[in-house]
Amino acid sequence: MTTPTIESPKAPVRTHRSRFNLEAFGWVFMRASGIVLVVLIFGHLFVNLMIGEGVKALDFAFVGGKFSDPFWMVWDTLLLWLALIHGANGMRTVINDYAHNRLVGVILKGFILVATIVLLVLGTLVIYTFDPCPAGSPADLLPSFCGTVG
Amino acid sequence: MPDKSAGSAVASQPEKKYPLPRLAKPKALAGTVYRGNVGMWSWVLHRITGVSIFFFLLVHILDSTLLRVSPEAYNAVIGTYKNPLMGLGEVVLVAAIGLHALNGLRVILVDFWAWGTKHQKLLQWIGLVLWIILLIGFVPRHLMNVFAE
Repeated sequence: MTTPTIESPKAPVRTHRSRFNLEAFGWVFMRASGIVLVVLIFGHLFVNLMIGEGVKALDFAFVGGKFSDPFWMVWDTLLLWLALIHGANGMRTVINDYAHNRLVGVILKGFILVATIVLLVLGTLVIYTFDPCPAGSPADLLPSFCGTVG
Repeated sequence: MPDKSAGSAVASQPEKKYPLPRLAKPKALAGTVYRGNVGMWSWVLHRITGVSIFFFLLVHILDSTLLRVSPEAYNAVIGTYKNPLMGLGEVVLVAAIGLHALNGLRVILVDFWAWGTKHQKLLQWIGLVLWIILLIGFVPRHLMNVFAE
């Protein structure tokens, strides 16, 4: 004769299979990346739009000067990754709220995911394979330091 | 069946035994806990600015990939950022980013700081003031750059 075993009513109920909750991680990520993005984006806007001639000074030579400095390469890499993932996760939230048709929601989120991955790869490649002095380009379009290299 | 008759008796006149508190019907949506209040509009603006900034970000990353094509191609596209209409668009963009950033910081303060939760309405007005200060700092300087010969 077997006696039925009854668990102690005070035993903690395990509602989560693991302690890691992706949705909670996303909640923290939006706030943490948001604080960093405030610094990164306003720094980006200040250097590109406020200093000197602002928007009028933006061209290949200007960006070439920035990307020859590892400081701005790291700055823009962080900006690219954090802004795009922060934005994509925000779009995911918006789609979850408004796409009542499950299939439509899955398709829209698929677009966001693909666009995010493609742009992260493209953007990172641009920053780290960028050549500020491409051969055969007119010298007046290039940063001033290119002339000395030839 | 005494149970059934007792049940129907209770169901027929429940208000006598347990009178419901009389709640005034809200005259408008505004003034209820959330709807129509300044917090709702912050939420709406946070969404609209967030989605708009996301689409600008997609375009802005794509135009930066032209750095890898040729100086001429990049300059041609970044040159469009300098025309007066786009200059006004950049004012709207910075205004949207400022609103989203300041409201995001307010949300963080409300989430993690008890004082912020209690005074969330004050934080909204502080955010609005900081936003106006940001635009006073940016807009004249930027428009001078855009419209300078």
